[in-house]
Amino acid sequence: MKLLIHSLLTMFFSISIALNSYSAEKGSRAISIPLKLLENSKAGKTVGVNTYQGKLIYVDFWASWCGPCRKSLPILNEIRAQYSNQGFEVVAVNVDEKLEDALKFLEKYPVDYPILLDPKGSMPKAYNIKGMPTAFLVDETGKIIYKHTGFKKRDRKKIEKLINQHLASR
Amino acid sequence: MNIMTKSVAMIIGIASISACSYVSPWEKGNLARPEMGFITDPTDQRLSDHIYFSKEASSSGSAVSGGGCGCN
Repeated sequence: MKLLIHSLLTMFFSISIALNSYSAEKGSRAISIPLKLLENSKAGKTVGVNTYQGKLIYVDFWASWCGPCRKSLPILNEIRAQYSNQGFEVVAVNVDEKLEDALKFLEKYPVDYPILLDPKGSMPKAYNIKGMPTAFLVDETGKIIYKHTGFKKRDRKKIEKLINQHLASR
Repeated sequence: MNIMTKSVAMIIGIASISACSYVSPWEKGNLARPEMGFITDPTDQRLSDHIYFSKEASSSGSAVSGGGCGCN
């Protein structure tokens, strides 16, 4: 009897642990899930993070209701403009449930980089993110080299420093 | 009902308790909507606060002290 209860409990906890086993951290591989790309204010072709493999990419999870994203999007757009000719790209993943919310936000804070639409949150779930915004710097081979949670204006220097370091080490 | 059935039922019962559900960080869009706030109209709330502290002659209750005259 005791054995049965123990077995059931062990099984229950093993399943719980297994379900949460992947966590995107420095050194792990960036998961790519096919998502719709925002094109002309609507969902367009299907792409994934791996579409941009070969470039140094900054995968940024954002939402219209996320306060710090009002600061991060314009700054990331500037960083992208600064480094795009050196093989750098920002790939944003929008997690708004309603596309209109994202579009309203982008009217105020327009960006030039690709935005993947993930209304069901499959990407942040796979990456097991803990807060919004969260971003990952992914190298040319698809390996995560930096994880950033939250955003403050002063984070720009840190991100630029990391990009510079990586580009110099190529 | 034997003890084994009871135990299994208890484990399943405990495992399925979900009165408090976890909201993931990327699912907070609906919670962030203005209609989810306690304050529906900021102007109306400000007016209510003003009347409250003026009439109460209270200090710090609504962050600003009042003299009770309703004139400030």
